[in-house]
Amino acid sequence: MNYFIILTSLMKILGVIFLIILPMVSYSVYAERRVSALIQDRLGPNRVGPAGLFQPVADAVKFLLKEDFTPAHVNTFYYWLAPCLAMVPAIATIAVVPFGSTLLGVPMVIADINVGVLYVFAIASLGVYGIVIAGWSSNSKYPFLGGVRSSSQMISYELSLGLAVIPIFLLVGQLRLTEIVRYQIEHGWMIAPFIGDWLNVQKWLLAIPMFVSFCVFTVAIFAETNRLPFDLPEAETELVGGYHTEYGSMKFALFFLGEYAAMITGSALIVTLFLGGWHLPIPSWNGGFHWTYITGDAEGWRGIAGGLFNIATFFGKVAMLLLVFIWVRWTLPRFRYDQLMRLGWVFFFEIALVNIFLAALMIAYFPA
Amino acid sequence: MAITVRRPNLSWKERIYLPAILSGMVITMRHLKNMIFGRTKVTMEYPEEKWDSHMPEHYRGAPALVRDVAGRIRCVACQLCEFICPPRAIKIIPGELPGDDKFAKVEKYPNEFDIDMIRCIYCGMCEEVCPEQAIFLRKDYAITGFTREDMVHDKEKLLEIGGVMHGVVLKWNEKK
Repeated sequence: MNYFIILTSLMKILGVIFLIILPMVSYSVYAERRVSALIQDRLGPNRVGPAGLFQPVADAVKFLLKEDFTPAHVNTFYYWLAPCLAMVPAIATIAVVPFGSTLLGVPMVIADINVGVLYVFAIASLGVYGIVIAGWSSNSKYPFLGGVRSSSQMISYELSLGLAVIPIFLLVGQLRLTEIVRYQIEHGWMIAPFIGDWLNVQKWLLAIPMFVSFCVFTVAIFAETNRLPFDLPEAETELVGGYHTEYGSMKFALFFLGEYAAMITGSALIVTLFLGGWHLPIPSWNGGFHWTYITGDAEGWRGIAGGLFNIATFFGKVAMLLLVFIWVRWTLPRFRYDQLMRLGWVFFFEIALVNIFLAALMIAYFPA
Repeated sequence: MAITVRRPNLSWKERIYLPAILSGMVITMRHLKNMIFGRTKVTMEYPEEKWDSHMPEHYRGAPALVRDVAGRIRCVACQLCEFICPPRAIKIIPGELPGDDKFAKVEKYPNEFDIDMIRCIYCGMCEEVCPEQAIFLRKDYAITGFTREDMVHDKEKLLEIGGVMHGVVLKWNEKK
């Protein structure tokens, strides 16, 4: 056995989960509350610490100290299982996402497997089980409706989610996420491949199906993470609290954290597939103007700083996308159920299909 | 007969949602921007900011006893306020002033004067009925305490809130 790999993997797992994902989850809850408040001309939580920055800590303490209540009428085993099922897939998905270049020669991806995106889809769609089981085990009508809605919504949008990324694989020829990032570093980001290569008609043409892919994928991620305008499983105004109506204290908090963790993994996927991953072009005048980028390959502290800079770039992009998630949530009203289904099956599914052919044509007739 | 509701004929632009969604997002972003740069000011952050300076003259806050300019408690313990008080929040135990006191001609004064602020309804009848203008409703509104005993204002507390009342009537002035 290679102890080095085991040790570094363990450190990466612990580092990503406890130093990045969990703090990011709690602070995205804080950001959600502050940004929603500011959008509505309120102030939001600003009492705990400077500008309310310690609010997540106070929330966590509150959730941990609350009575862990189990209603008498629920199916206890599944009732306890559901919050774990909601949380675990969201975190497990991050394993294949390259969140940085290298740090001290160690590639900053926990598991660089060659079926990258397939793994993501396989695990991410498990997230719905948490919600469905929560709805079912609660033995109460509102959670039940929430669970049922969630499962049908997930099926409708996972199709377009899967189809939307096919143009990328046509182009890159690989499913490995690190390769997709590498391709984007060499050929420009998927969302805008023409940047820095303005006169290349082929790249301009390619940007069209890629942009459509990006839109479809982003909307599908919104639906996948049960965010407004697709938050039908927990629609407060219709279903009380949806699938987590019967939950309280830390079990409810796990659903909450699971939703935000899913948002973070979703954003991380969008960043990896379309926005260049950890790559950030930096203008350089070293012997004429050209674009360069930082890696963690350099010797000594420069390498460490570069590696950390790439990680920061990646999670900075993720944070920007999270802000967009929040911004959209506090702008749009919820879709009606039939509108949601229509959008999923009649529009996005077809758009994604046509887009695949479009991308295939571009790649066949205008090869790079 | 059923009424047919006419649905509006949406244009192509309205049917694809996107322009409407984008304009909505522009609106929310404008609100966010105005809040961040402090151009919108709606919330008053209560304990730090107070509305006190804007309080109207007729505001009815906590009732309080006042002293006159000579430092005497104006109350003569006539107990009219105790009788008029609708929730019976006021309790007065009158006493006599000793003969050598500077204000001995007043004869009576309150030995104890308690107002139970849990019962008080801030109606202002005590102020209205007082013949000596000794009890007034001040502008204090944040009356708090940890126990029921804390919420009973005794004479010292009432005098502390009330402070000194200048001018108005001076019935027991020597010159009168």
